[in-house]
Amino acid sequence: MRTKLSKMLGNSAVASFSSSILAIVVGLIFGLLILLFSNPSQAFQGFGTILLGGLQDGLAGMGNVIYFAVPIIMTGLSVGFAFKTGLFNIGASGQFTVGTFVAIYIGVNWTWLPGYSHWIVALFAAALAGALWGFVPGILKAVANVNEVISSIIMNYIGMYLTNMLIVKTVFDQLKNQTLPVAASAQIPKWGIDKIFPYRSVNGAILIVIFVVFIMYIVINKTTFGFELKACGKNPNASKYAGINAKKNIVLSMVIAGAISGLGGALFYLSGAGKYMQVQDIIAIEGFNGIPVALLGLSNPIGILFAGLFIGYITVGGFNLQSFDFAPQVIDIIIAAIIYFSAFALVFKNLLGRVGKKLAKREDEKDE
Amino acid sequence: MNEINFIAQQAMYFSIPLLIVALGGMFSERSGVVNIALEGIMVMGAFIGVAFLNITGDSIPGQWQLILALLVAGLSGAIFSLLHAFASINMKADQTISGTALNMFAPAFAIFVARMVQNSQNVIFNGTKFYIEKIPVLGDIPVIGPMFFQKAYITTFLGFGILIVSSIVLYRTRFGLRLRACGEHPHAADSVGINVYKIRYAGVVISGALAGIGGLVFILPTSTQFSASVAGYGFLALAVLIFGQWKPKRILFAAFFFGIMKTLANSYTGISLLKNLPISSEVYKMIPYVATLIVLAFSSKNSQAPRASGIPYDKSSR
Repeated sequence: MRTKLSKMLGNSAVASFSSSILAIVVGLIFGLLILLFSNPSQAFQGFGTILLGGLQDGLAGMGNVIYFAVPIIMTGLSVGFAFKTGLFNIGASGQFTVGTFVAIYIGVNWTWLPGYSHWIVALFAAALAGALWGFVPGILKAVANVNEVISSIIMNYIGMYLTNMLIVKTVFDQLKNQTLPVAASAQIPKWGIDKIFPYRSVNGAILIVIFVVFIMYIVINKTTFGFELKACGKNPNASKYAGINAKKNIVLSMVIAGAISGLGGALFYLSGAGKYMQVQDIIAIEGFNGIPVALLGLSNPIGILFAGLFIGYITVGGFNLQSFDFAPQVIDIIIAAIIYFSAFALVFKNLLGRVGKKLAKREDEKDE
Repeated sequence: MNEINFIAQQAMYFSIPLLIVALGGMFSERSGVVNIALEGIMVMGAFIGVAFLNITGDSIPGQWQLILALLVAGLSGAIFSLLHAFASINMKADQTISGTALNMFAPAFAIFVARMVQNSQNVIFNGTKFYIEKIPVLGDIPVIGPMFFQKAYITTFLGFGILIVSSIVLYRTRFGLRLRACGEHPHAADSVGINVYKIRYAGVVISGALAGIGGLVFILPTSTQFSASVAGYGFLALAVLIFGQWKPKRILFAAFFFGIMKTLANSYTGISLLKNLPISSEVYKMIPYVATLIVLAFSSKNSQAPRASGIPYDKSSR
């Protein structure tokens, strides 16, 4: 009789999950070492603050966690979706930025829209803008064989400069050097989420995020289209042989990834949290932060949801850390360490698999 | 004429770091390891190099201090890149993942250390003292004198030096041949007795050293303080590397193509012809990127990426 344990160890999903958990534990220990090294007297208190994360301020703190998690879950989904087709979407930042701008533009100017549809139109337009920004690297890859990494990097810059130019021309508040506030009807409804998490920036965006996670899960796992995308990612030659139109899938994959990032920008900036776009030559950090979220979530939509919440959670812990003598960047160091150790997943998985096989073998021998 | 000299001098500030870092990336990728961590390694090299300048202050005379700082930057880049080498060679990790980790770690580390030590994330340094108004003799040569040997830093010549050495190493030495073999067909290389792991380690460490140097070279003429960022130049170097088709000469061309475009965009107000055109500065800033994208669209059809680049080498697989 094979026991549950030996079966579990042989299961690749379990192995992936446990290797992620192991990476998190090792990353956190690394963070503790950094704290101990830089300021031993406060290290353990500081570490406790990180672990306590958003919970330090109870449900309000968790509202803060959700607020930070929303954009990085979306860019994480975007990066993860492209990963499924074997594409590295490092351009989530640019897609996020153009989506944000379009959402704000509509939020400020299109007040003639009936109230209940204003924010919905803004979200759709943002997704469309992001999709356009993803389409360019996609079509260039499919038609002209341009490496998507470099074209997406370039699109980040073009998006940033274009947005800066358009902000100044259309929705600029000269005095505050930022965008004008959006109309109240363009803000995403609260849907009672703010009652559960009493934090002013929290709203229905997280429900939309969960909806996107659900849709993406269905598309990837339950549709022919999703199967084709994965096939192209795993083995382009075999899928070509099987009659799958790889070029079409590359373009579609980038378009969808771009749309998700663009939508993420809208969800973050239409939250009514007093967040404005500023005119500066800096690439949106939310896009790059989506990469570790996607990696930690193993490109699985549900995994990405939890990875984003986890990173939001310890990021809030990092803010609280400032009450001690620590720079909050220790959180980024911890996240980097977690990502680094999650790269060892293969070795760890093989190890688990071997242990599982040995166990199973021993049990089989016992039966005889 | 003055304006052409001005463009040439300015273009060096943008092109040379791109050239150095892209050449670094070339060594890594041609050995078979994709190095997306160039950005992070640049930050690390620049941070330690600038910290060295900050700490040593005026205790070391003139250009010697800069040379030492460049060595320190290169060394720290090389050491930092060992992390990437270990993950992608020994642990057979996904090279994008460990590269991303390094990119995240470096700026966080730089800000964290700077804030713990001096309560501010900006590390101040005095780079103007390394500025050379005019090099004796060479600066007097007509035409090219003012373009290349006036208002310069020694880093410009270092960049060209690295280019020449890189081409020789890659094409004219046994090591270069082995390096290229490991990036194209590691199993074939292994079968004739080449240690693939060792060669790949060498490739990554060279890329780390050059990226570290490139980080400091980029910061030196463009700023007087360092705040844990090289403004995405590591990623641009990656673009230059691919644009340059993994070959030294074409990388030189790509770096200068981009650098000159960038110069025109940044300092068009100093160029009378462009200043009078009714175009906003943001459009100028976009031009280098749009132009690169267009050139890529026409030149990527026969991309010659090293065939085994990005694939971990596993002796036991066929």
